[in-house]
Amino acid sequence: MLSPEEKKEIEAEFPLYPTKQAVCIDALKIVQRHRGWVPDEAVRDVAALLDMAPDELDGIATFYNRIFRRPVGRHVILLCDSVSCWIMGYERMRAHLTERLGIGLGQTTADHRFTFLPNVCLGACDRAPVMMMDEDLHADLTKERIDAILEECQ
Amino acid sequence: MPTMEKPLTRNIRSDGAALERAAYERAGGYEGLRKALRMTPEAVLDTVRRSGLRGRGGAGFPTGVKWSLVPRGADAPHPKYLVANADEMEPGAFKDRFLLEKDPHQLIEGMIIAAYAIEADVAYIFLRWAYREAKEALSRAIAEAAEHHCLGKDILGSGYSLEMIVHVSAGRYICGEETALLNALEGKRANPRSKPPYPQMVGLWGKPTVVNNVETLCNIPHILKNGPDWFKGLSHTNDSGTKLYGASGKVKRPGLWELPMGTTAREILEEHAGGMRDGLRFRAAIPGGASTEFITEAHLDVRMDFDEIRKAGSRLGTGTMIVLDDRTCPVGLLWNVERFFAQESCGWCTPCWSGLSWVEQILGAMERGEGEEGDLEILREQTKFMAPGNTFCALAPGAMEPLASGLNYFHGDFERHIREKRCPYSPPL
Repeated sequence: MLSPEEKKEIEAEFPLYPTKQAVCIDALKIVQRHRGWVPDEAVRDVAALLDMAPDELDGIATFYNRIFRRPVGRHVILLCDSVSCWIMGYERMRAHLTERLGIGLGQTTADHRFTFLPNVCLGACDRAPVMMMDEDLHADLTKERIDAILEECQ
Repeated sequence: MPTMEKPLTRNIRSDGAALERAAYERAGGYEGLRKALRMTPEAVLDTVRRSGLRGRGGAGFPTGVKWSLVPRGADAPHPKYLVANADEMEPGAFKDRFLLEKDPHQLIEGMIIAAYAIEADVAYIFLRWAYREAKEALSRAIAEAAEHHCLGKDILGSGYSLEMIVHVSAGRYICGEETALLNALEGKRANPRSKPPYPQMVGLWGKPTVVNNVETLCNIPHILKNGPDWFKGLSHTNDSGTKLYGASGKVKRPGLWELPMGTTAREILEEHAGGMRDGLRFRAAIPGGASTEFITEAHLDVRMDFDEIRKAGSRLGTGTMIVLDDRTCPVGLLWNVERFFAQESCGWCTPCWSGLSWVEQILGAMERGEGEEGDLEILREQTKFMAPGNTFCALAPGAMEPLASGLNYFHGDFERHIREKRCPYSPPL
């Protein structure tokens, strides 16, 4: 069941588009904002609200990389692995994060504190290497800066 | 010497905060819109056509021509749509982020004028999810613009009405392709659509739609305010205007600079980016984001505009260059670039999803020291299989541009990887 808040927020998007389906990506993001990820049950509930087939909505949910179809940790680390960051030391940053977190890319720490994901170019190539911690961009990364950023996220 | 004009970045605050409406108007903002609203939509379109403005998203299509294909007059289908493509995701590109975060009203004014010229009813900004600061700046600026009657019903008493909505995307590089973007906005998987029909005729929800890049739209207020001849005069070449050029990689001062269109790669690299870091030599550059051909030392004096750089066998693309130094492995770099394209293929057409993953695997094997005789032939063949016309959209042909030119310029490096069964750039065992 969608919560009353989720339903209200989704319905508030209806006037912005001429069809209900156009709201579906925003709707999945709303669910994710409330629950951290999008479980199967929510895909079915959102599909029903938007008059869509659940399978069609799942095809959309799995297409876009910002929709998480599996649970993630309290904080999501997105390390840029595109070309400018690669030149500027992406591999060193990845190795450092792997060592500090004890997990590889695509994994979540046992205490559910961090999920570590690769990400394509974050559009800050003049400040490479970069990563995002949740919604925030962190640029000109060094091992020391990464340690400080991890420290702040409980 | 006359002061170089920088219309796009002139008002950007040194503290990095977004320019607010009052400051924007004090600096001459919304004058272009006021002027446009006193003209007919046809006259606005004609002004932009005469300015010679070409699309800044990478393809360089003339903006006025793009707009002129939209049906107009009493029989035209409505609602018509204008979409700002703010889904910047080309590896190595970081120019639209700057314009979005620092001067949101400039984009909004450009969009209102563009929408007026094509008689659009609704405008969407298709914004990349990662650009949170841009989302905040745009939402605030749209509210300010509406409060001051620059958006909504009867804009500045002209009788023209426009609604503007920010749509935050959920990822995937393919959304930058304009027809894939339309599918994403409609709440579908972002597979590109077959063209024709072109979006100007059959676009969002089947209605006439124009999709323009952020930097393209940001030029519009200045063209209206100062005229097409002024805009042409900003450039060093026949391609009009200024351009946001950038440099990343191991240069002394990576960054972004607004310079006359047609500035040479050498000036960007040596004067603005400060040359290479100490101890490193320039090897090559990808001049316009990952999907453009390499240029080398021999091409540095080529003027970076849409037509001149073609003579060096490359494309202007986004104008943000990725610099390769002599200590970074070109095969490793190409592996990184092709892995990106293989991952971001939408999976719709076979030459793309199949070909790109094959290319990516071969380059990865070479870099690990597992390259084989014959690999270079396969890579060369793939650049032909994925040439323009053989795939559904421009993603795979774009992916082949750095590879095809890299196979030429770095032939010796590829051979060494295969012969020595190792990457010669990684530290010796």
